[in-house]
Amino acid sequence: MNEFTNWDIFQALILAARWTVVLSLIAFLGGASVGLLLTFLQISSRTALVRIARFYVELFQGTPLLMQLFLVFFGLSLLGIDVSPWTAAALALTLFSSAFLSEIWRGCIESLPKGQWEASRCLGLSYFEIMRHIILPQALKVAVAPTVGFSVQIVKGTALASIIGFVELTKAGTMLNNATFEPFKVFGMVALIYFLLCYPLSVASRHLERKLNVTG
Amino acid sequence: MAYNFQFSGLLPYLQNLVDGLVTTVVITLITTVLGCLLGTLCAAARAGQSSFKSKVVGVYVELIRNTPFIVQLFFIFFGLPALGLRLSAWEAGTLAMVINLGAYSTEIIRAGIEATPKGQIEAAKVLGLTRFQTFVRVVLPPAIQKIYPALTSQCIIVMLGSAVLSQISVQELTFAANFIQSRNFLSFEVYFVVAGVYLLLSIGMRQLFNGIHYLVFPNLRAQR
Repeated sequence: MNEFTNWDIFQALILAARWTVVLSLIAFLGGASVGLLLTFLQISSRTALVRIARFYVELFQGTPLLMQLFLVFFGLSLLGIDVSPWTAAALALTLFSSAFLSEIWRGCIESLPKGQWEASRCLGLSYFEIMRHIILPQALKVAVAPTVGFSVQIVKGTALASIIGFVELTKAGTMLNNATFEPFKVFGMVALIYFLLCYPLSVASRHLERKLNVTG
Repeated sequence: MAYNFQFSGLLPYLQNLVDGLVTTVVITLITTVLGCLLGTLCAAARAGQSSFKSKVVGVYVELIRNTPFIVQLFFIFFGLPALGLRLSAWEAGTLAMVINLGAYSTEIIRAGIEATPKGQIEAAKVLGLTRFQTFVRVVLPPAIQKIYPALTSQCIIVMLGSAVLSQISVQELTFAANFIQSRNFLSFEVYFVVAGVYLLLSIGMRQLFNGIHYLVFPNLRAQR
């Protein structure tokens, strides 16, 4: 049987953490794109579009991420598509984060005073111009801090991808634990690496919130 | 698509689903009560005068909030026995959830406490209330009222997180789903139904919390 030194374990975990980071980035970018679309649906003036978007958000905020992962993983294979854990994890996390991000961004846009819209309309600006020059620049400022804050949730969410067999930090931890029988050490290190990934984001979010509140 | 959905295949396993649902509800109930209690105590320590206690709570909150729940769960279930503390899956799962909710609710309740005007605390002091009385009777009620919606959302998030307990073989709703799909291979159907149950649970939980809100804070009713 191989002997694992602490350094071996740590190195293996760091290597696996790459995939946590890559998956987080994919989920964030995917979630941001879909989330942006949903945000515009949510603030549109068509009730049907708003309803669809609200239902989507309610659906993904009201079910466990684990269920969403299972449904994507098993549901897509019903359609005859061969799903790798990669695809399933990336897709499920994208759907999950898009719901939360669009809810955050909707809140940011709606927090702007109604008078801004009315004034822009009185000045004869088109919808696109209002968005481009009046609403988005202001909403963006409010949105930065909670968006960075939510990215922590995405990084933590990727841990669930280990359950459908995606080898990232948590899965590597489980595998190393099975090989070394030192759960306290292994999961302690796993937790530490997640902490090192997430804590800077948390601090940045808090810092941005304070900074943008003062100037805003 | 050539697939026939066979939801009737779930009927023989209805009892498993009901049992799982009951376990999920019970664990959620225990977690909500204990987690909010822990959060209140920690928030009190955070706002209190002892800087040592405040720092310990700060480390606890940051550690929990910046690591995934599943890792906390594995650490407690697999890691703690190595130190001689042996817990059943059920105990480990509930403990992990309480610790998790405790950290989040600490932050939420602290925000409510900080919003209390200084003058109220000074007034309570002048009236001769002890520090404990001031906290419980003057500071806490309006604080809880203010942050109640945020606390509700967090409790729902933790309820949804209980799905992960299936991974350490706690026989809750997701465990039942995994069990059923390993028997009849109707994986999509099972997970679809169970996801629906979770959705109903979270909607129901929000309604319940709103109801309690109105019962506990009668001044809300007067305002309407």
